[in-house]
Amino acid sequence: MNILLTKYLGTFGEGLWVTAQFTVVGFLGSMILGVILATFRISPVAYLRAVGLIFVEIFRNVPLVSLLILVVYGLPEIGITIDYLPSVMIAMILVGAAFACEVFRTGINAIPTGQVEAGRAIGLGFFGVLREIVFPQATRAMVQPIVTLFIGILLSSSLAGVVGVMDLTAEVSYINNREALGLVTFLVAAVIYASIALGAGAIGARLEIKLRVLR
Amino acid sequence: MNTDQVLFDAVGPKARRRVAILTIASILLTLGLLALAYEQFYQSGQLAPSKWAEFRQSSTWSYLLKAFGNTALAALGAGAIALPMGLVLAVGRLSATKLVRWPCTAVIELLRSVPLLLIIYIFVSALPPYGINPDVFWKLVIPIGLCSGATIAEVFRAGILALPKGQTEAALSLGLTPTQAFRMVVFPQAVRIVLPALIAQVVILLKDTTLGYVVSYGELQQSGKVLVASTGHLVQTYLIITVIYIGMNIVISNAASAIDNRMARRRAGVAGPVPQDATERQLSTIA
Repeated sequence: MNILLTKYLGTFGEGLWVTAQFTVVGFLGSMILGVILATFRISPVAYLRAVGLIFVEIFRNVPLVSLLILVVYGLPEIGITIDYLPSVMIAMILVGAAFACEVFRTGINAIPTGQVEAGRAIGLGFFGVLREIVFPQATRAMVQPIVTLFIGILLSSSLAGVVGVMDLTAEVSYINNREALGLVTFLVAAVIYASIALGAGAIGARLEIKLRVLR
Repeated sequence: MNTDQVLFDAVGPKARRRVAILTIASILLTLGLLALAYEQFYQSGQLAPSKWAEFRQSSTWSYLLKAFGNTALAALGAGAIALPMGLVLAVGRLSATKLVRWPCTAVIELLRSVPLLLIIYIFVSALPPYGINPDVFWKLVIPIGLCSGATIAEVFRAGILALPKGQTEAALSLGLTPTQAFRMVVFPQAVRIVLPALIAQVVILLKDTTLGYVVSYGELQQSGKVLVASTGHLVQTYLIITVIYIGMNIVISNAASAIDNRMARRRAGVAGPVPQDATERQLSTIA
């Protein structure tokens, strides 16, 4: 345990920093691309709806490990060289966005058609309907799924180690291979992951209560 | 009316023109991107027939078929761990006794918030010094089973909670013991409610087995690595393997949502809403 603190504190920190970058960039990227895809999927343009559907079907069903291997090892082979970290982020965002898109789409579709029609009937335009009717209700319904998505992205960032990027999980495994400290090293990492995930869950639960409308 | 078009009014003549322009523009954009991708593949010589040679031989395919057998075996093994474990944890978390409820809740929450790969590493390198050193198959399958078990526990719990309370009350008033009420009334109905979610869980199991690549268990992804090591055709091999996974998972996902829709139609007006949306339940493991 001592050696863990003295010799490897920095290693832990580096791994945690990489994991944090993957999680934050992966999450924000997924949300942004997810909004774009959701717009495609609910748009009146049939072709864009099809594009959105195909994207979601592919990236919701691809194992992230397979995609990471293709992006990180495959892209250089066809002449596209990107750094390791951005490569991992791209793969994470592609998958995360497919799930985010479905969160947004179900959130919006959960709103009864009658409400949107009523909004139009009293003279709200497209963006008026969006701002006054759809958005306030959809955000409430989407809090929990978005938190779940965040946790999923945090946990999936550990797969970066599969393609040789030293995130928290990979660093921990590296430390253990050198020092054979047994379970302790892993438990520390597990506690870090669990506290971020459970913390996010707790924030989500509070946010949901705060946003709840008593009907 | 298409439910996906809640936000938009029926398109008028002006909007129809805009839709047409957008359609043409986005088709052109897609074609441009595809052409760019083709160019990139072509320029780097990845489309040369020799690079795909081994996929014209049946021996490669029978090798991949065997690898797929191992993938299926690992998913099956993990499922065999996860299902009973999930059921026990779900019932435990719903127990009225704190001494049972709290440990079950803790186990579920912990396993759901720690990466699968970390648990696999624990089985690979932390446990052997303590004398726990199972076969590589189990070092992959037990962690997958544990993580999936925690997820399935939440699926079962949602199913049980989705059942109207009157069902249990009616069963008890008929003179059934609480155990009988659960076994004969609640459980059979809850299983039907969560069936689509359980099928969707198979997709997650199949995705998880790709970590055989890390522990060198001969499933599909790992077999791809072995193929690449001998042929050097990295892009081709991994592309084909990834497409196999996607195809397989799309079939299973769609089967799950087909059953979901069918049951929703049958249930319409009878019981409460479905516990979780089809996408939400998949979210827990996006890997």
